[in-house]
Amino acid sequence: MSSSVPAVGDRIVHKEFPPISRHRLALYCGASGDHNPIHVDIDFAKQAGFPDVFAHGMLVMGYLGQALTDAVSPSRIRSFSTRFAAITQLGAALTCEGTVTELIEQGGEKRAKLALTTKDQNGEVKLAGEAVIAL
Amino acid sequence: MVDQSAVGRSFTPVTARVEPGRLRFFLDTLGETNPLYRGGAAAPVPPTYLFCLEMMDAAEPFEFLTALGIDLARVLHGEQRFDYHAPVVIGDTLTFRPRVASVTEKKGGAMTLIVVETAVTNQAGIHVADTSRTIVVRNARPS
Repeated sequence: MSSSVPAVGDRIVHKEFPPISRHRLALYCGASGDHNPIHVDIDFAKQAGFPDVFAHGMLVMGYLGQALTDAVSPSRIRSFSTRFAAITQLGAALTCEGTVTELIEQGGEKRAKLALTTKDQNGEVKLAGEAVIAL
Repeated sequence: MVDQSAVGRSFTPVTARVEPGRLRFFLDTLGETNPLYRGGAAAPVPPTYLFCLEMMDAAEPFEFLTALGIDLARVLHGEQRFDYHAPVVIGDTLTFRPRVASVTEKKGGAMTLIVVETAVTNQAGIHVADTSRTIVVRNARPS
């Protein structure tokens, strides 16, 4: 980011991820400390009214964060937020994107606002978020 | 159902250490290959990892649900926000102090949104981040 200043409308974040498997959810359960059984135990998920287990929102946000820090060093991220717009199902192959929406001066530095999205293979929006990065 | 009396309630602070082995498990799980995160001492942590640290080292990861009488099976994650004020690196020891910031009823009481805000400080007392999570509770329908 230091070499060139992005312009409003530039898509600076783009990354695709492999389909989410049950194994991935089990690994994320351990790796994240989020042991909520709804993501790994189909019996629990069904009792809670869902047809099957589904991805942790924070696994999906973790992918979005990965796409973001492929483009922007973590030390430049001032804020990172998202709304979990829809449940991410097993098998979802996610695409994460981020586009510059605004260039601002804030906290004594030049910053950019990014609109972030995560969509599945059908184009359904799973996460709609925003990041503010230092330029 | 959770009501306004919950606003301002705080929960047991959590102290968590950024350990390289646990972080590597997280990176491998996400297929994260960015060498920046594998640089050893003083390597940064991924932007969502603060959320994990708090859960991993909490004596009761779902304390706020139990304390507010919420069934884990009725909870969804609605929103998540991180504000970063200073770097967090491998070896840091962080303290998380969660409190309920707001409670909002939606759809005529069918859902309750609970916002829990958490200030994060490091071993030097530096305020490194604030996190905010919005929990959606799917309330039972009155019979």
